[in-house]
Amino acid sequence: MKLIRYSSIDGNSTGYWGIMALFAGFILAALGSSYYMEHHGHYVTGMTNQIVWGLPHVFAVFLIVAASGALNIASIASVFNKKAYKPLARLSAVLAIALLAGGLMVLVLDLGRPDRLIIAATIYNFKSIFAWNMILYSGFMGIVGVYIWTMMDNSVGKYNRVAGISAFVWRLLLTTGTGSIFGFLVARQGYDAAIMAPMFVIMSFAFGLAIFLLVLMSLYNGTQRELGDAIVLRLRKLLGVFVAAILYFVAVFHLTNLYATEHHGVEAFILRDGGIFTQLFWAQVVVGGLIPLALIYAPMLQKCRKSLGLASVLVVVGGLIQMYVIIIGGQAYPLELFPGMEVSSSFFDGVVNSYSPTLPELMLGLGGVAVSLIAITLAVKALDLLPVSMADAVADPHHKD
Amino acid sequence: MKIENSTDTSKRKFLGGAALTAGIVIAPGVMLQTVQAKPDDQAVTNKVRWGMLIDTNKCADDCTDCVTACNTEQGLTGHNRPETDVQFIRKVKLKDKNTGHVKTLPVMCQHCETAPCVDVCPTGASFKRKDGIVLVDKHICIGCRYCMMACPYKARSFVHEDVQDQKDHNPRGKGTVESCTMCVHKVDKGENPACVTACNKEHKAMYFGDLNDANSEISKRLKEHGGKQIRADLGLNPGVRYQGV
Repeated sequence: MKLIRYSSIDGNSTGYWGIMALFAGFILAALGSSYYMEHHGHYVTGMTNQIVWGLPHVFAVFLIVAASGALNIASIASVFNKKAYKPLARLSAVLAIALLAGGLMVLVLDLGRPDRLIIAATIYNFKSIFAWNMILYSGFMGIVGVYIWTMMDNSVGKYNRVAGISAFVWRLLLTTGTGSIFGFLVARQGYDAAIMAPMFVIMSFAFGLAIFLLVLMSLYNGTQRELGDAIVLRLRKLLGVFVAAILYFVAVFHLTNLYATEHHGVEAFILRDGGIFTQLFWAQVVVGGLIPLALIYAPMLQKCRKSLGLASVLVVVGGLIQMYVIIIGGQAYPLELFPGMEVSSSFFDGVVNSYSPTLPELMLGLGGVAVSLIAITLAVKALDLLPVSMADAVADPHHKD
Repeated sequence: MKIENSTDTSKRKFLGGAALTAGIVIAPGVMLQTVQAKPDDQAVTNKVRWGMLIDTNKCADDCTDCVTACNTEQGLTGHNRPETDVQFIRKVKLKDKNTGHVKTLPVMCQHCETAPCVDVCPTGASFKRKDGIVLVDKHICIGCRYCMMACPYKARSFVHEDVQDQKDHNPRGKGTVESCTMCVHKVDKGENPACVTACNKEHKAMYFGDLNDANSEISKRLKEHGGKQIRADLGLNPGVRYQGV
């Protein structure tokens, strides 16, 4: 393998500043939305006392899950010693931090009292998986930050492997913690499943890699640097495996539920009778699973970048849909206080809860995406993150011209 | 009252009448008032476990006195937006799918011994007093709503907009979560929760008292007739029990 040369991008073009302005516009809209929601109270959103977590949580959880997945490329290089991935490790780690920052911004700005963030950062109830997640998130930032340092500063390069392994273990804990937010909810029919944790881990692999691929291809395209087929083909196959794994976990989750009579109600709701949630569930399977798999594995498309880009976009869209079904669908299905009884009340007991997301919620969510993207766009200008070339000779030690 | 050998019957009749009147006025309080006031300088202890018993056979289908009393006591004024307005207590109508039998009962925070809302709260704003009453510390609630996701009883509300006409004993705030306090401000003074007092005026379907005290009326009734927990399968040991469901 040749010596890898990294350099920052110029970032002086009209296109660069245009993109930055676009992202900044989304961020401003998100801040405005948050102010509007906090000033009037959450009644101006689609959220209610029945659907307490709405579209902002869909974006926030998606970004947080994707963040740990984006670190995979670096982990494969450092932990599993696959040299082909080494050149992209820096970008992978910085993207991970950027995605987490975006997700956390959405999560915080959707709180009822975001001004009390300092309380959440200083008072912990250690029985709460939410409190643990706050430690996991901030720890992730710190550990991945050190990891990037060991990659970029030769004087501390000897600690790279230790930092890499630490970051890898930490990211597994982080996604386990995020999945457990739902897995630990014993009272709700749609959650309360240990498989949530590993399912979120595998979801993170796919979502993070899809976003990484999109960012990578955009950056190399935009800067006219060479991105060889060798590395792209590896990443393509990896994405295929991760997408298939999500489908496997989704199948096991629902099949296990279908076996237990007590879960037939919620399963019928998600899989058959749930209206929009049923449509979204199957849309996710097709759009976020089967079509990307076809695009990834079709023999005639193996070297087609556009098909891989489309597959990645569909994995991201499918991931957001999957989060929507899990988070909103899980709340829409009524709590069963009195099994075997038809229940009604002034507090919407026994009815399927409806939710219509509002524009401020959407803008807050998109603002989180914009924060992630503006962070990575700034980072590649400020730091030497990108290899000057990812030609096959650089990426593949066994490549023969 | 037995009045014999009287030399001044009119005076005694008067005293007797007065005593009888006092008895009628005071007796229900003495009979139903099973709680003891806790002096302000005395810490809450786990020697008592406050609980409620609801006899659904006595709960009238069309009666919402407990709900009205709660709203008045706690200063809960809605905005005509049922999906986001706060409710501490609600009347739930149950219809047996097989028999068609219908009954109604009030559902509020069940003040669980191992409360999921307390477990999941990241800051500890959701907490349980030693005497079993589950509360929200509004000063450190960040409004994450994880407790609402975790509560099996749908007992909690998020304050979706500005609140007016707050009561001194129930400070509230937009952006925080709240739920039934079991009228802790009254309980600490040795009084019954507002819903129980309201119910006792006519239907007498609600009982409040110390579950740890074998001689309390609630404990005696539970011992004699039993009492069910909603979602007993979750093993949360709620402080609110139901008869007739």
